Amino acid sequence: MALDQNKTDQAFKHVGTRPKRPDGFDKVTGRARFGADMSAPGMLFGAVVRSPHAHARILRIDTSAAEALDGVKAVVTRADFSDQIECKPGMEGELWNTLENVMAGEKALYDGHAVAAVAATSQLIARDAAKLIRVDYDILPHVTDVDAAMAEDAPVIRDGVADYSVPQGMHPNVVRCHDQGHGDPEAGFAEADLVIEDHFTTEATHQGYIEPHACLATLGADGKGELWCCTQGHWYVQKMCAALVGMDTSQLRVTASEIGGGFGGKTTVFIEPVALALSRKANKPVKLVMTRAEVFRATGPTASTSSDIKIGMTKDGRITAAKGVFRLQGGAFPGAPSEYTAMCAFAPYDIANVHQIGYDVMSNRPKQAAYRAPGSPMAAYAVESVIDELCKQLGLDPIEVRLKNAAREGTRASYGVTFDRIGLVETLEAAQAHPHYSAPLAPGQGRGISCGFWFNHGGETSVSLALSEDGSAQIMVGTPDIGGSRASMALMAAEVLGIPYDKIRCTIADTASLGYNDVSHGSRVTYASGLAVIKAAKAAVAELCRRAAAKWDIDAEAVIWEDGCAKPSGPNAGDFDPLPLAEITATMGATGGPINGHFEATPEGAGVSFATHIVDAEVDPETGATKVLRYTVIQDAGKAVHPTYVEGQFQGGAAQGIGWALNEEYIYGADGRLQNAGFLDYRIPVASDLPMIDTVIVEVPNPGHPYGVRGVGETSICPPLAAIANAVSAAAGVRLRALPMSPPRILAALDARDG
Amino acid sequence: MPGTVEVQLWSGLRSLTGGLDRVPVQAGTLREVLEALVIAHPGLAAPIAAGVSFAVDGRIVAGDLTTKVTPDTELVLMQRLRGG
Repeated sequence: MALDQNKTDQAFKHVGTRPKRPDGFDKVTGRARFGADMSAPGMLFGAVVRSPHAHARILRIDTSAAEALDGVKAVVTRADFSDQIECKPGMEGELWNTLENVMAGEKALYDGHAVAAVAATSQLIARDAAKLIRVDYDILPHVTDVDAAMAEDAPVIRDGVADYSVPQGMHPNVVRCHDQGHGDPEAGFAEADLVIEDHFTTEATHQGYIEPHACLATLGADGKGELWCCTQGHWYVQKMCAALVGMDTSQLRVTASEIGGGFGGKTTVFIEPVALALSRKANKPVKLVMTRAEVFRATGPTASTSSDIKIGMTKDGRITAAKGVFRLQGGAFPGAPSEYTAMCAFAPYDIANVHQIGYDVMSNRPKQAAYRAPGSPMAAYAVESVIDELCKQLGLDPIEVRLKNAAREGTRASYGVTFDRIGLVETLEAAQAHPHYSAPLAPGQGRGISCGFWFNHGGETSVSLALSEDGSAQIMVGTPDIGGSRASMALMAAEVLGIPYDKIRCTIADTASLGYNDVSHGSRVTYASGLAVIKAAKAAVAELCRRAAAKWDIDAEAVIWEDGCAKPSGPNAGDFDPLPLAEITATMGATGGPINGHFEATPEGAGVSFATHIVDAEVDPETGATKVLRYTVIQDAGKAVHPTYVEGQFQGGAAQGIGWALNEEYIYGADGRLQNAGFLDYRIPVASDLPMIDTVIVEVPNPGHPYGVRGVGETSICPPLAAIANAVSAAAGVRLRALPMSPPRILAALDARDG
Repeated sequence: MPGTVEVQLWSGLRSLTGGLDRVPVQAGTLREVLEALVIAHPGLAAPIAAGVSFAVDGRIVAGDLTTKVTPDTELVLMQRLRGG
């Protein structure tokens, strides 16, 4: 689908092509250095002592036996971190919450909560020493289920956390509330020919990145620190670590390693401040690498949810009113993305009467972390399941109904804003026209449809671009490459500079080499860093034109940049041969000095994004096993800078959604301990579980970006839960209301259906 | 003298504004909007301190408080946006 020429009015030479990925060689040869790949002379190895209890008061920590072990160089507890951080309610207290999560204070709040750490001359000694640290606990009642955590008799995780937004009378574990809507839902329900109200649940799922958290930290007696770590945002790591260990931000230099997956889970800190505290105490570099079990037990999964949805529809498919109540369990701290769940729930539709409420609920589980479009997939699952059921009971085509109600430019969204140019209708029309939608289904198979929505984000961004004497260029960005951004940055710079893609190298600068950059999150990188690269390249082009003008002795305004050359803007400007970039840079030292471009700003034009997914599934009634037969992702990318990466993002979202929908879940025992902290028992999809995932890139340009780019990294995980649930429900002949739709759950639903 | 712009609040803030979900303020930038909101309704200080974003004529503005607003601007206060 072609880029809308009315909005951007440009043809591209580089943007939209599919050159080789710049990190491919490193990754296939093992040359890429990930979090655990860095070493330093005299390096120690760290190990963390974690609570085996879901909820317990820490009475005493005896480190003497560990400290006496030969090879142990340092032991830290909470006393080794800053005591200047104030505890505040809700998200105002996020710095304290992060500290408390990194190292427990008075109480252990979940199974796996860090209570102490040790550094020793070998990994083995560090682990042995960790076992010698004796912690006396007073075990307290615990709760790990969201609905149970809201019940009157639930144990209180921590009093005084609830902020202003929580209605009076709610349990202290309910710490934030988002309430929004417009119109009169009750009047709307009265207009409907059919109203369906239903309850849905989803379980906590982990982002499932292959690379565990890992870092190498040095913090010397001079107060200067170096940190190498795998992260989605090293400036955020820098400021959080500096605050948590009590040092000036500028004295800590952080370098982001190559990253083996993050998906939102690496947007915060876990072990990095601990490694710094150990290094400060030992006066040696400390390497700390999480085991897979630690990743599951102590880093953030997404929130589990319990939702009630009520939607009214007329016989011809018009939604008259909608209401949703969403309860999100975010672990032992505030921060479950309940407001996003509420705001995203009905965003794809133009609904006159809508009301959504989200509750952020604490429980004795690890602090949840962002996971691609935080909160949105669970909302789409509940809402799109009810829309599917309405279509089924009214005998209506699910795409026709969604088109009839689709949000468009000018629609007042359920979360209050009036939409600018958006591409939901285009994705639905593409889905309707796709051969997948009209392909026949065999008996026992079902087809599901769902739409999904995510906001996308801008954020603080700094970029530098430097030209070399030979006419090549280097770009320094501050957003770790989690989805192919080094390629897309080079393509956008090539477009402006007019030089080949392979003449440009993009690297991720460390915190000492560039100004502040917000985290790689919110699908912001191709949008915001890309915009910054375009601006930086244009600044360099302006200087190139000035150098050409000086050589030709004409006004700089009389020089244009075209096809990688400075040219006179017209006959009146003079008769000069085009001056290629490399000819200008070859003498730049003698014509005014190095030619660079910079851009620092907070770009705020990220366009929202929509997707429509089609899924075919088959259910084995004997075993309850489900097979995804065919999957098609259709999503608005605004403008796909490197379409192969965009397709990869689409497929990745679908693959993770398939795991979330069918198999993945955190399972807690009655003792409050996580039962499946490993990939053998926590089952993410493997290649043999997945069909070939087809993709359709829709391009409705974002008016807020020079090339029309919208973020694509998160929206692709919004529709899968619902699309798969709708397909499986159609195949099974019974509505599935709980994720994951594991074989036991499907067999139970089939038994219930058959009485 | 900046003009008057109407700020739409999410419903949960009504308890802090005497039931209003639209508050007119005199402001020329988002920073001035936030300052004026807190002066008009001091109870809004806590949610603003916890982190907010804006939608300015449909565009999400997550952090740039220098963004200009006029009486014609559609301005919606939102909770701070983060992503994965």
